[in-house]
Amino acid sequence: MARNTDSNVYTVVFATGMVVIVGALLAFVASYFKEQITENKRIEKQQNILYAMGVNENDETSVEFVSKAIVGQEFSKYITKQFVITGTEAVEDPKAYLIDIKKETTAAKNPNYQRRLPFFIGEKDNATFYIIPVRGKGLWDAVWGYVALDTDLVVQGVFFDHAGETPGLGSNIKERFFMDDFKGEHFLDGDTFKGITAAKGNSDPKNLDKTDYEVDAIAGATITGDGISAMLKKDLKLYLPYLKTLKQ
Amino acid sequence: MGLLSKKDAKLITDPLADNNPITIQVLGICSALAITADLKASIVMSVAVLFVLALGNVVISLMRNIIPSKIRIIVQLIVVATLVIIVDLILKAFAYELSKTLSVFVGLIITNCIIMGRFEAFALANGPWRSFLDGIGNSLGYGVILIIVGFFRELLGSGTLLGFKVLGDSIEKTGVYAYGYENNGFMLLAPMALITLGIIIWVQRARNTSLIEDN
Repeated sequence: MARNTDSNVYTVVFATGMVVIVGALLAFVASYFKEQITENKRIEKQQNILYAMGVNENDETSVEFVSKAIVGQEFSKYITKQFVITGTEAVEDPKAYLIDIKKETTAAKNPNYQRRLPFFIGEKDNATFYIIPVRGKGLWDAVWGYVALDTDLVVQGVFFDHAGETPGLGSNIKERFFMDDFKGEHFLDGDTFKGITAAKGNSDPKNLDKTDYEVDAIAGATITGDGISAMLKKDLKLYLPYLKTLKQ
Repeated sequence: MGLLSKKDAKLITDPLADNNPITIQVLGICSALAITADLKASIVMSVAVLFVLALGNVVISLMRNIIPSKIRIIVQLIVVATLVIIVDLILKAFAYELSKTLSVFVGLIITNCIIMGRFEAFALANGPWRSFLDGIGNSLGYGVILIIVGFFRELLGSGTLLGFKVLGDSIEKTGVYAYGYENNGFMLLAPMALITLGIIIWVQRARNTSLIEDN
């Protein structure tokens, strides 16, 4: 029997049926995999934090995290303390790395909200690292990362990631040539906060000058670079009061 | 060809040359401009489109007799979006690193007009097997152009191929850079992708004048 697929009734019934089926299917798939996806994201956070402090399996040019199998034990080995900072007060919390920076940023728009800032202390080869999570906006979507500092508050390593920067241009913020440039950079001039800017005209492509508060920007990714600069300025500043108490 | 009849084989070979989705059918131009700044992104996008188009074509072809024609575009959009989201979720659960690489492409695939274009032009009127072949053929034709554009843009714009410094080091001034060669940063921007694409279209039509439309 040939159906009249042009009739209004058929169209409405088809549309309704399709919405119900597709909605149910997507909801089922999403909830079925939810646990696994959350676990993967948790592992990724540990890998990213370790990457920033230099615990990774990089060769010359690649970005390689410590493997999934050992990341848990490596994390508890290298990350010796985790804090949640509110104001200038820091409370130890072994789950601080799970704090959702995005939610905290949104909640902090309410002036009565006391923002919780996660902060990590790592130890590797007798050196101490302070690791700070950062989050901001790129061109299309969010950018975020982790910045590892030594006890003199000089950058020792960074990890950046993004949700949807242009492939081949803005997405290069998670490539070695960009991230490695941050090693050794200063963001404080004495006590004055300078931040680190991804600058177009810094005419220092080899990045020999570590106290110019600049790294070489990526060609064709101006807005992503500006997003990174703004993110570092905004979020590193939040930790400044606490970092100063550590320095004393 | 033993495996495919002559007619079926044409579904694969035609889009590679004289019925190329990008240069002749003018489908998928946006992504050809947006993500071809380097070769790796071009390859990843081509493979992703291959999967989605072949699978989507089959699904639409199976549904072709029950889809109400008034809302067929919406139905097509829902089918491709659902497919892509499910694949994305599965990758996130079982191949997280791969899903990170592909995440930026998800939105680009759903809105890629080559997908909708082939659903509309072919899958709605043909059986699943032929639609599958059409999907493979067209995404290969799409991929070839993406890879050619990506090759030239990465080579001339960054002096690298798949990240390897094939022309020497531009900062240390080795290789061709020692003789004063400079990367052309303009190649990294979308306008040069359009010009590169234009050159490909020109070359193709110059070689096969039957492709030139009469005005």
